[in-house]
Amino acid sequence: MSNELQLASKTQVKLGVQEKLNLLTKRIWKYRISYLFLSPFLIAFTLFILIPVLAAFGLSFTYYNSIQPPTFAGWDNFEYLLSQDVLFLKYALPNTLTFALIVGPGGYVLSFIIAWLIAQIPDRWRIWFVLAFYAPSLAGGVVMNIIWQPLLSGDRIGYLNSFLLRMGWIEEPQLWVIDPDYLMIAMIGVTMWTSMGVGFLALLAGILNVDKQLYEAARIDGVKSRLQEIWYITIPYMKPQMLFAAVMAIVNAFKAGQIGETLSGMKPTPEYAGHTIHNHISDFGLIRYEMGYAAALSVVLLLMIYFFNRLSWRLFGNKGDE
Amino acid sequence: MMAAIAENTSKAGARRRLIKLDKTQMMLMLFLTLVGIFMILPLFYIFNHALKPYSELFLYPPRIFVQQPTLTNFSEFFSLLKDSTIPASRYLFNSIVVAGLGTVSVVIVSALAAYPLSKHPFPGSKLLFSAIVISLMFVPEALQIPRYIVVAQLGIMDTYVGHILPHVAAPVSVFLVKQFMDQVPNDLIEAAKIDGAREFTVFMRIVIPVVMPSIATSSILTFQDIWNDTSTSTLFMQNDAMKTFPYYLSTLTNNLANSVARQGAVAAASLILFLPTLIIFLTFQRKVIATMAHSGIK
Repeated sequence: MSNELQLASKTQVKLGVQEKLNLLTKRIWKYRISYLFLSPFLIAFTLFILIPVLAAFGLSFTYYNSIQPPTFAGWDNFEYLLSQDVLFLKYALPNTLTFALIVGPGGYVLSFIIAWLIAQIPDRWRIWFVLAFYAPSLAGGVVMNIIWQPLLSGDRIGYLNSFLLRMGWIEEPQLWVIDPDYLMIAMIGVTMWTSMGVGFLALLAGILNVDKQLYEAARIDGVKSRLQEIWYITIPYMKPQMLFAAVMAIVNAFKAGQIGETLSGMKPTPEYAGHTIHNHISDFGLIRYEMGYAAALSVVLLLMIYFFNRLSWRLFGNKGDE
Repeated sequence: MMAAIAENTSKAGARRRLIKLDKTQMMLMLFLTLVGIFMILPLFYIFNHALKPYSELFLYPPRIFVQQPTLTNFSEFFSLLKDSTIPASRYLFNSIVVAGLGTVSVVIVSALAAYPLSKHPFPGSKLLFSAIVISLMFVPEALQIPRYIVVAQLGIMDTYVGHILPHVAAPVSVFLVKQFMDQVPNDLIEAAKIDGAREFTVFMRIVIPVVMPSIATSSILTFQDIWNDTSTSTLFMQNDAMKTFPYYLSTLTNNLANSVARQGAVAAASLILFLPTLIIFLTFQRKVIATMAHSGIK
C-alpha cells in the first residue's frame, strides 16, 4: 500500500515536470513569430558578442599571453587585481570613478538641457543647431585633438593661458594637460564637450515626440511654468528615451580611456593622473600581451558599470523594465 | 510648438503672448548660436584644413581658418591615388558597399529584433534584453581575439560578409529602437490585430512609421560607425583589395619617416572621408525633425 502511494506521488512529480515542460513548449510555440523576428539579430549577437564575451569571462580565469594556449589560473588574476596591482588600486580605479561620476551625470544633464532648448526654437532652424552640437561627435577624435591642443597648450601661446595671463588671473602659464593636478579637469571638460552623442539625439527625438495636446491639457489643469511642464509632462512621457540616454552616458563615461593620453600626448599619462581602467586594460591586453589579466580587468569594469546602471534604473523607478 | 500653444490661449492674450514668446525665442537662438559656434569648430576646421597650403598646415599654434586657400592638397591626393598598386577607386567601392549594405542590414535587423522585445512577453524576453544592455558594457579590447577566432571559423575572412556581419550585432541600435517602440500604445496594436492584421503587417504599417525617428537616428549612428571603421579591415581582411577607404587613408602616413610629407594629401582625404557622414547626418536628421513636426504619437 505504501509502495503504491510512493509510486503514485512519484508519477505525480514526473507529471509536474512534464507538464511544466509542455507548458513552456506551448508558450514558446505560441510566440514562434517573436522568435522569427528576433532570429537574424540573435544569430549575429550570439556569434560576435555572446560567444566572445563568454570566452573573455573564461579567459579571466587563465594565464594567456595570446600566443601559447591559455593555462588555468583560478582566481589568481582577481586576487592580484584586488591586492597587489598598485597601478589599478591607486590610479586606475579612483580616476575612473571620479571621471565617470562627473562626466556621466554631467553629460547626461547637459544633453537634456541642450536638447530641450533646441526643441524650443522654430523647426526651420533646428537642424543647424543639432548639427552644431553634434559636430564634436560627428567629427570624431582626431579633430578634437586639433581644437583642444592649441587651446590648452602649456606655453604662453596657448589660447587659454594667454587669455588668463592677459586678464591677470594667473602669473605664469599653466601646464593644463601635463601637470597631473590639472589633467583630470581638462579631461572632464573636453569630454563634456563631446558628450552630445547618440543619447542627445535620442533625447531630442523624444522631446519632439511628446504629444502637443498634453501641454494644452496641462495648461488647463494649472501647470504654469515651463519647468513644471518639463517635470510633469516631458520627462514622464519620454521615460524610454531618458533611460536609453542614461545607460549610454554611464557606459561611455566608464569606458572612456583614450582622452587622457590624447590630450597629454603621453602614454601612460603623466604620473598616471589620467590613467583609467580602460587604459589599464589596453596596457595589459595590447602591450604586455597578458590577455587573461586584461580579461579579468574587463570583467571587473563590467561589474562596476552594471552596479551603477542598476542604481540609475532604480532612480528612474523602472524596476519592471529589467 | 510654441505657436500652437499660443494659438490656443484666449484671443485677448494671444497677440501679446506670441510677441513675448518670439522674444524669448530670439534670446534662446542667440545663446545657442554663441555656444554652437564653439561646438561646430571641428567642422570648420576639417573644411579649412583641406584648403591650407603647406606653409599654413604646420603653423603653431594652429589656426582654424585658412588664409590663402588652395586646391593643391587635392591634386596631391589624386596624384597619390594614381601611384597605389590597387586603384583607390577599389577601396572607395569597398567602403560604399560595406557602409551601405551594412547600415541597411543593421537597421532592418535591429528593428525586427526590437519589436518582439518591446511588445511580446515571450519566454526569455527579459533575460535577452538584460543580455543586450550588459553587452554594451564590455570593452572591445578584451573581445578582439575571440572575435577573430569566430570570424576565422566561419570562413568569412576576406569577404564583404566579414566586414558587415560583425556590425549586424548592434546592441545600441536594438536598445534605441526598442525604447521608442515602448511608447507605441498597445491598444493601437491590439485594435489592428482584431481587425485581422498579421504581426508583420502590424510591424510594417503601424509600429515602423511611429518609430521612424529612432530608425533614422540609428541609421546616422550606424553609418558613421561602419564608414569610419578600420578594425574589420585590419583584423579580418588579409587581401589588400578587400580593405576599405579609411584603412587606406591610415596607411598614407603610417610608413613614412617624417611627419611632414603627404600631410596635405591627408588633409584633403579627411575632408573627402568626412563628407558622406555629414550628408547622411543632414538627410536623416532632417527626417527626424520633419516626422516629428507632422505626427507624434497620439
